Amino acid sequence: MRFAGNIGRRIKKSDRNGYLFVLPYVIYFLAFVAYPLVFSIILMFHRWNIVTPMEWIGLKNFVRMIHDPLFFKSVGNTLIFLLIHIPLQIIVALGFALLLNSKMKFRNLYRAVYFMPVVVSGVVVTILWQQLYSYDYGVLNSVFTSLGLPRIPWLVNASFAMPSIAIMATWKNVGIYIILFLVGLQNIPGELYEAANLDGATHVKQFFHVTLPILNPTIVAIVVLSTIGGFSLFIEPYVLTGGGPMQSTLSTMLYIYNQAFYFDHMGYAATLGIVFAMIIMAVVVVQRKVIESEI
Amino acid sequence: MMSKILKYVLLLAGLIVFGYPFVWMIIGSLKPELEISNLKLWSSMLTFNSYSQVFQKIPIGRAFLNSMFVSVSVTTLVVVLGSMVGYALAKLRFFGKSILYLLILFTMMIPFQITLIPQYVLMVKLGWTDTYLSLIIPSMMSGLSIILFRQFFLSVPQALIDAARIDGCSELHILFRLIWPLSKPVIITVAILTFMASWNDVLWPLIVVRDRSLMTMPQLVTIFVIGGEAESQLGSLLAAATLLALPVIIAYTFFQKYFIESMASSGIKG
Repeated sequence: MRFAGNIGRRIKKSDRNGYLFVLPYVIYFLAFVAYPLVFSIILMFHRWNIVTPMEWIGLKNFVRMIHDPLFFKSVGNTLIFLLIHIPLQIIVALGFALLLNSKMKFRNLYRAVYFMPVVVSGVVVTILWQQLYSYDYGVLNSVFTSLGLPRIPWLVNASFAMPSIAIMATWKNVGIYIILFLVGLQNIPGELYEAANLDGATHVKQFFHVTLPILNPTIVAIVVLSTIGGFSLFIEPYVLTGGGPMQSTLSTMLYIYNQAFYFDHMGYAATLGIVFAMIIMAVVVVQRKVIESEI
Repeated sequence: MMSKILKYVLLLAGLIVFGYPFVWMIIGSLKPELEISNLKLWSSMLTFNSYSQVFQKIPIGRAFLNSMFVSVSVTTLVVVLGSMVGYALAKLRFFGKSILYLLILFTMMIPFQITLIPQYVLMVKLGWTDTYLSLIIPSMMSGLSIILFRQFFLSVPQALIDAARIDGCSELHILFRLIWPLSKPVIITVAILTFMASWNDVLWPLIVVRDRSLMTMPQLVTIFVIGGEAESQLGSLLAAATLLALPVIIAYTFFQKYFIESMASSGIKG
């Protein structure tokens, strides 16, 4: 009682404008965050095609998931994508950031062009790479054959397709990470390198013992950001391969999308969404722990 | 010397790798169909044939206006409402403020995979599918923009606000007339991030809009590509892609510095 009275007094003393200003957010939160969260938990225990009434089925959605090889394959595909995409992105971004981290002519031009794929729609990027990757007429295979190398079945072979999508996603996003690394590099005090020079450390040693440890927070941020982004991989396989060949590029988001909007399995799709979100959060937590301690 | 040459070779290679596909796309969209698939950028003749094909087959002009309307509405709402919440969190005193702040941080950590399907169900229940409402209202607030505004407003001197209050200014007046003009950097950042995210989003429009006349531009081009309407005519694919990319590339050319700073800052703070 006294507790409630206390809160009442504190609300009375509060600035009315404060409540007015945050009211839109509170309404938004209730409608578009809280309600969907609660409703997705309800959906987990139901079978529903959105038209007929919901049917309570207990834990059957979970049982079905456990026996659904395609769901696990899609999670595996997404993990393969991340395992190629993230290291590749960090190496390429760090490489270009090191190249750009000095005074030179046209520095802004380089930066601007490298950043260009970041701003355009993923659909544009996908259309372009579909042509670049074409087996018979693609630019990449033309270059390869003119160098006397064999043609590569970029999108038509099940073991090449996901790596090809990972390369494309790296091309699209690396600009942002070049900038993040550049910011990180510019924060390194020059005295550190002078001291390392006096100690006779080689450039390679300086890189591994001065540059890399200081960039650690940037690397953590990049890994976490691109993990979260990578787990939502959807439009690239949707447009480029439709999940094929042989389901090798079926990402989890694409699978959930198909379950919900192609087969109208709302309850099952919601279940997969929740389980997938748990996987994402677990992976991010583990990543943070590992990278922060390792480098 | 050698290392310097190597450095410039690599930088130039980067220019080709990141820039060439766009040049190829734009020129390819202007070439006759038979000449597109060779590597050369130069062509015997230029034609707008591919473009007229695209305009004939899909309502791309309408889609451009749809995208414009949706993205401008979303951006306006996010900037106005986000700055109000950010201002309240930074400068107003009310009970429950810190709880609200934590709540916003919490919502930013929820993967959208959880809320995607129930949000679609909500749109169906409200009867908002196939309307602009479903494209605008669910994106009218963003946790990140509120946090960015709050962060910036914390650095605005309290004395300035107190003086305005003594002069009898309302809080709305203080926010929009006094603080907004000082907050251009954060407003630009939030506006660019929001506009880009809204303009480029495909997944949500694909889910809530089936009516072709209401489709956003990236959505319509996606449907054009995978729905078989392009009839594997490379020219019209490239023309559609160019039409989709061009507004963003033009905006980017003029406001390049802001784009790079905004998107990089979202990376650091997010």
